[in-house]
Amino acid sequence: MSVLVDDDTRVVVQGITGGEGKFHAEQMMEYGTNVVAGAVPGKGGQEAAGVPVYDTVQQAVEEEDADTSVIFVPPAFAGDAVFEALDADLDLAVAITEGIPTQDMARVNKRLSETDTRLIGPNCPGLITPGEAKLGILPGNIFSEGNVGLVSRSGTLTYQVVDNLTNRGIGQTTAIGIGGDPIIGTSFIDALELFENDDDTDAIVMCGEIGGEDEEQAAAYIDEHVDTPVAGFIAGRTAPPGKRMGHAGAIVSGSGTGTAESKINALNDAGVPVGDTPEEVADHIEEFLG
Amino acid sequence: MKLHEYQAKGVFADAGIPTPDSQLASDVDGAVAAAEEIGYPVAIKAQVQVGGRGKAGGIKLVDDEDEAREAADSILGMDLKGYHVDSVLVEGAVDFTDELYVGITMDRGEGKPVAMVSTKGGVDIEEVAEEDPDAIAKEHIDPSFGMHPYQARKAVYDAGVDPAVARDVSNVLMTLYDLWEQKDGSDAEINPLMVTADDEVIAADAVMNVDEDALFRQPELAEMEAEAASTGDDLEQKADEYGFDYVRLEGNTGIIGNGAGLVMTTLDLVDYYGGEPANFLDVGGGAKADRIANALDMVFSDDNVESVVFNIFGGITRGDEVAKGINEALEQFDEIPKPVVVRLAGTNWEEGMEILNEDLVTVEQTLEDAVQRAVEYAEEVSE
Repeated sequence: MSVLVDDDTRVVVQGITGGEGKFHAEQMMEYGTNVVAGAVPGKGGQEAAGVPVYDTVQQAVEEEDADTSVIFVPPAFAGDAVFEALDADLDLAVAITEGIPTQDMARVNKRLSETDTRLIGPNCPGLITPGEAKLGILPGNIFSEGNVGLVSRSGTLTYQVVDNLTNRGIGQTTAIGIGGDPIIGTSFIDALELFENDDDTDAIVMCGEIGGEDEEQAAAYIDEHVDTPVAGFIAGRTAPPGKRMGHAGAIVSGSGTGTAESKINALNDAGVPVGDTPEEVADHIEEFLG
Repeated sequence: MKLHEYQAKGVFADAGIPTPDSQLASDVDGAVAAAEEIGYPVAIKAQVQVGGRGKAGGIKLVDDEDEAREAADSILGMDLKGYHVDSVLVEGAVDFTDELYVGITMDRGEGKPVAMVSTKGGVDIEEVAEEDPDAIAKEHIDPSFGMHPYQARKAVYDAGVDPAVARDVSNVLMTLYDLWEQKDGSDAEINPLMVTADDEVIAADAVMNVDEDALFRQPELAEMEAEAASTGDDLEQKADEYGFDYVRLEGNTGIIGNGAGLVMTTLDLVDYYGGEPANFLDVGGGAKADRIANALDMVFSDDNVESVVFNIFGGITRGDEVAKGINEALEQFDEIPKPVVVRLAGTNWEEGMEILNEDLVTVEQTLEDAVQRAVEYAEEVSE
């Protein structure tokens, strides 16, 4: 019923004593996520959101068997927090933080390639397996259990598309927000591979946006390796070239790649229908599922 | 964040990259005095943060005082691609035999910095990249070690730079990388890096774009940004003060939402239903009532706007806070300046709907209906 996260996942929240960290640790637990500890330097021995806090992630691993971290650490320190999660040899680290300097992420990215930890984000809403667990800030109530996998670069766009699906009675296996920054851990291709190999996922939604070439690369991957039907959506068709549209990654260079058009064409060429509206994406998924 | 040419040149010169003699001037007499002091010929260059200044008449080469006066007079105060020219850089002209390109940027596909060298400098390097990609030598850098000297040499030799200046060009490239790293650059470029008949290299232009997210640890550059921020679009400046991601567009339907992807989608739907987006405004995550009110204030201050669509899908953002902000912003008017359509979904949307003063706005339940309604309102006004 899920990829990456389920009700056995043992979560440590880095930054659990901060406003966001505490609030969302509680929200995650309310949803059923197994949050076992927090990690905040200098706050070891305290308790927050009803779980013990440790000074380091390593201690949370040793004392509470944590295998996954969700990171709510301010941008100036978040790169370091991700390094700490990687060095603690966790299975999964989810970085929610928005605004981590790109050069910090380049160094994280190098380290990531040398470890077995999977990173999701940064600047992402996290991921959710409806009915089992959520890691991050997604509003749990709009999701429902089902057989559609969803991967997206944008948080609120994920909510919109999920809402369109849920309203028609179409549930989700897992929804993954991979984040809108130029350098991220898990890519579209990684997520597509996970869904392709998941027996419970019968259709996939992929939400992209202008900037970079990740969607074009994902299209080529789908063409070669994905048999599960995929429907797409690309945000930013009307964005003017050269302007940064919110997400650090969402900028059109003006040199012919990274535009909505090139992404939509690449997906269409790989047999992926791309909706003009979120409703149309749901139409395609409904057709796939018969 | 982009530094002005004079600022970037100052940063490069301080690090030891050779640059021509230059002075900044903000009036014609100052420009002429600077030219006299530097010695003719000089280039007079508009200090605005747009590319293609030369083609747009913002850079002129002059040989004497009369020409200098005339050039400074025509450039100062001109409107260059939408930007007002407040100052010029007066710079000694370089007698060159070759023009090179050197640059450092982040290759997002690889997740690594990349150093680039080309002997096709002095022109639009993006065109070169498209038409003749092999003319640009590239070397990826491991960000945890920085650039090794052999990598700089490799890029320079691969590009086919004249061996007589290869060593100097590699030194410039090494310095450029160090600056890029130390200053949290997103792009650092010299185009052209001129080569003189005496085999000297000199940076005739300087580009330094800095990662906005890293300004907290670059106080000097943050100050330069404040200094440079006086030019440009008034509304975009206001957006900076409020801390919004905002882009002004040509149309008449104002758009406010939360989250870049959802706001872009709202723009696309306005277009899809036959309207024209007036702007992109992302209030970001977790916006409180005052921020929502500021967003409405921003969009109302754009004279082109005929209607506004407010599209919120709350995750971390709460519907009740949004509704409070909308009420706050609209209750101060005797008459609402432009019709506002509101669509609230997600976290606390029901609480929000209870609070929202429906006498002041039009409420729609779905994204599609909200966008169509806003487009209709804008059309009614335009007719």
